[in-house]
Amino acid sequence: MINNDKKPDVHLFEGESLITLPFLILFPAAIAAILLLVPGDTWRRLIVQAGALIIGIASLYLLFITPGAGQAFFPVTGGWITTLMFIAEMIIAVFLIYLGIKHKKYLALFLVVAQAALLIFYETSAAHGAHIVPDLFIDQLSLIMALIIGIIGSLICVYALGYMATYHELHPDVKDRRRSFFFLVFLFIASMFGLVFSNYLPWVFFFWELTTLCSFLLIGYSGTGEAVNNSFLALNMNLLGGIAFAGALIYLAVISPGGDLLSISTLIQSGHVVALIPAVLIGFAGITKAALMPFSAWLVGAMIAPTPVSALLHSSTMVKAGVYIIVRFSPVLTGTTEGLIIALLGGFTFLLASAIAISQSNAKKVLAYSTIANLGLIVACAGVGTYKLVWAAIMLIIFHAIAKSLLFLCVGTVEHRIGSRDIEDMTGLIVRMPKVAVMMLVGIAGMFLAPFGMLISKWAAIEAFIDAPFGLIFVAILAFGGSITVLFWSKWMGKIISVCPVAELVENRISRQKWIVLSLLTAMTVFVCLAFPIISSHLIEPFVLSVYGQTARLSQDNIIIMAMMLFLLMIMPFSLLWFRKEKNIVAPYMAGRPATPDLHFLGSMGVQRQVGLGNYYFEGIFGEKKLFMAGTALCFGLILLMGTLTAGVAL
Amino acid sequence: MTWLSKSPWILHYDASSCNGCDIEVLACLSPLYDVERFGIINTGNPKHADVLVITGGINEQNREVVRNLYDQMADPKVVVAVGICASSGGVFRECYNVVGGIDCIIPVDVYVPGCAARPESIIDGIVKALSILEEKKRGTHISQAPRQGAGGLR
Amino acid sequence: MISIMNALIFIVAAPFIGGLVAGIDRKLTARMQGRVGPPILQPFADVGKLFEKKQIVVTPSQHVHTLSYLVFIVASGALFFAGGDLLLVIFAFTLAHLFLVLGAYSSYSPYSFIGAERELIQIIAYEPMIILAAVGMYLVTKSFFVWEIMASELPLILYLPGVFLGFLMVLTIKLRKSPFDLSTSHHAHQEIVKGVTTDFSGPMLGRVEIAHWYENVFLLGFIYLFFAWNPLIAIIAIIVVYLLEILIDNTFSRGTWQFTLKSSWIIAGMMGLVNLGVLYYLSAVVPA
Repeated sequence: MINNDKKPDVHLFEGESLITLPFLILFPAAIAAILLLVPGDTWRRLIVQAGALIIGIASLYLLFITPGAGQAFFPVTGGWITTLMFIAEMIIAVFLIYLGIKHKKYLALFLVVAQAALLIFYETSAAHGAHIVPDLFIDQLSLIMALIIGIIGSLICVYALGYMATYHELHPDVKDRRRSFFFLVFLFIASMFGLVFSNYLPWVFFFWELTTLCSFLLIGYSGTGEAVNNSFLALNMNLLGGIAFAGALIYLAVISPGGDLLSISTLIQSGHVVALIPAVLIGFAGITKAALMPFSAWLVGAMIAPTPVSALLHSSTMVKAGVYIIVRFSPVLTGTTEGLIIALLGGFTFLLASAIAISQSNAKKVLAYSTIANLGLIVACAGVGTYKLVWAAIMLIIFHAIAKSLLFLCVGTVEHRIGSRDIEDMTGLIVRMPKVAVMMLVGIAGMFLAPFGMLISKWAAIEAFIDAPFGLIFVAILAFGGSITVLFWSKWMGKIISVCPVAELVENRISRQKWIVLSLLTAMTVFVCLAFPIISSHLIEPFVLSVYGQTARLSQDNIIIMAMMLFLLMIMPFSLLWFRKEKNIVAPYMAGRPATPDLHFLGSMGVQRQVGLGNYYFEGIFGEKKLFMAGTALCFGLILLMGTLTAGVAL
Repeated sequence: MTWLSKSPWILHYDASSCNGCDIEVLACLSPLYDVERFGIINTGNPKHADVLVITGGINEQNREVVRNLYDQMADPKVVVAVGICASSGGVFRECYNVVGGIDCIIPVDVYVPGCAARPESIIDGIVKALSILEEKKRGTHISQAPRQGAGGLR
Repeated sequence: MISIMNALIFIVAAPFIGGLVAGIDRKLTARMQGRVGPPILQPFADVGKLFEKKQIVVTPSQHVHTLSYLVFIVASGALFFAGGDLLLVIFAFTLAHLFLVLGAYSSYSPYSFIGAERELIQIIAYEPMIILAAVGMYLVTKSFFVWEIMASELPLILYLPGVFLGFLMVLTIKLRKSPFDLSTSHHAHQEIVKGVTTDFSGPMLGRVEIAHWYENVFLLGFIYLFFAWNPLIAIIAIIVVYLLEILIDNTFSRGTWQFTLKSSWIIAGMMGLVNLGVLYYLSAVVPA
């Protein structure tokens, strides 16, 4: 790690070149509206693909208009927009109340009413004096988020076209509501763009609530009892966060009647005394959205949704909104006890969720717990919030988004071909679906292996935590948690890579769109590893520099060495071309028992048996129930402590 | 001179021995005889082994197993039949389920007589097998087809 | 500075040192058991023989995994001796080990499979302690680069006694010594046939064996770091530690995987973390 002690240079840009920001919010929303109206499948395909392409290009275009350092602002005149948002929020509240009554979910009902009441209070009394002009803004953090949303999000949309068609073939009992499905997905993307571009907190809140709504409706897509229950679980937990967010808005409106503090950029620069309480409240909202330990259940429950939804929730939207807001506020949180508690929450979540992942055999659940773990790590970095750690946190966000979306889409593809999402059923995938298996292996390697991205970030995090206050706790968490991660990913890899003697090729009937999306994501996983020094120097370091006045980066030697490792890693598989002509193939050792080619052997009492190999899951040590209880208790305690401290500061 | 004879790893299999010869084979590994002096290791895994040491005769239960173990060994390899039962079926030769000596299933290179075979003669047999191993490596060894034992025709 | 010369010396010399150490190990083990034991150069004969054998495979992909295992072990060790970043070295070794595990998984055999699972358990058992050892060295020398740790005048062992004891504990796992030789083991020892190496044979097994030599030399180098301020003491320490490991190997019976995991985590937690905590506290309270 090298420190660059340079002064931050803050440039303020205003002007028409930022027309792309409103475009990126409004265009996906418009596509969403069109998709709601278009009935036919052919048109839908066309619109989704064209829309995704345009969103992708527009987000790439952002690369050229974002200032090299500092933030660029785009004031939006017209108070009616804010009013419109308020009305929309009220309509959403009424809609949710209706659904709550319909499904007899009274807790959700209560939370919706509470939140709406807070909003009405805010709108009618607290925010009266506010006179500032709301604005959109962009800096490198927003840009990174926008690229993730724009590129990965739209790729997932394209993938969903093929997936949902197969999904409805395989689940004839589920009502085909693909129109509203794609409407929601694009609305989701629009609101994520809004969330990362808004500087004005009430707008952030509006988009925040939109993502909650979209995820709620998408999780309940299939309409089965379990789906509805899980969607309400997600709604309840996110509403809790929403209430805290609304509380932050009211607090800010009360302490600054002019409304100056309602813009993020001002708030962050206003120092601990003013900004800490809203930062903690918003941080709490971020924790619920990022599904950290006491609230992790909703993200695990969300697995019931069709796989593209899971991919969207886990990689580019929703949970990333939670960590985005915490990274945004990490300059406020750094060095405070509250920030440390948030970081501890993240750290324990990382450790425990990784451990739980060991005991899971359902691939989507493993992915879910790994997401929760990594979000925990990001929050741990952002909560301690030194400049090196923020650097690591942003790296984690990027790498995680790409690798995780790839893995979800691979699992979705495999599930449709072999009819199971259980890792045990993926034995010999390398023979049965070679291309998808290789992509999956790249994705898994991207999650935990040197020299791929996630490991670089974890490594940077270890180095950064050592110099941070109370960093030793986190170093220990990373040392243990990191090695636990190795276990559950490797045994999954092992399952895929077993060359099972009776496997037949089932890699047909996968649509072209799926192939394109999967290949692009695989290429991106490798590409970001190669290009990460550039990503770091052009996107992350300027942001960290502008916020902290100094920045971190990996040393040149290490980058060269890792590039060499990646190169080695890529050429090793080609040695198979040399070894392929191996003639002397014998059966695996079976203690001398003669076995048939499909590994049937004569067991005791003259019974024919087949070899079956199953992974270890260590239920006794890493059981879900036990660790989840422990994590909930621990993290709930931490939240109570944080609440007490914050209340103490507030009074 | 090849490395082969300096590092013979053996696989010991008890076909249907009365355990007399087995105890003597294991005695070779004990401090008194210590065959590791010659680099001999008891691997317990055909894929690692160079010398297959078999005690006891072939019966209906294990004929497939012996064949399988032999097939899973990488060339060059030698087989040592230890004890009279392994060599010819011995006193069990006429039993209803006994096929005969090892050589009715797989080619045997060295026969070590005795009931039970003494450790000295077992070591002697293995050392003899090593020169055959060398010959096999050089390709000068003339292999013999498995002999049909008395019981093998049944 | 990063020294490519040292890396090259490692690549050339390590197999000879590693093989010699293995030979001495076998001889001493035999003497402890009242046997004469094999010649000191026996391991070289073993590997030479393995390369003389005809190759048999269960699946050709085993070749790719074992070759990758060897290549990455050599690369990681070279990085260590070149003076590279210690954490990167550790992660590179994890990558290398993964290939051994995948090689065992690829054959779809029950024995290799259990070996692979156990090898993974061993990895999670020793990895935290090794990372903590690297962190401890950083806390004392303020650098993760091996060449800077080597150049440090400070007697690391006096600052890191707990970390060193914890490291000795996991060293037993890494050297595949009893009571932790679960996934595969040495000499004539057997455990679930041969664990991860069950379905490797001939030249492929030879590769795995050479990789193991390279890794052992790296591990001895890691011990050296604790005593780097005085090369003479360092070499004596390496000899003493290795003798101790042989003694442990010969006096313990094999444990279960639960025992391995729990004991190494608890020892790492107690010894390593307490030691680091004290250092951390001192560096926070007493400014250097």
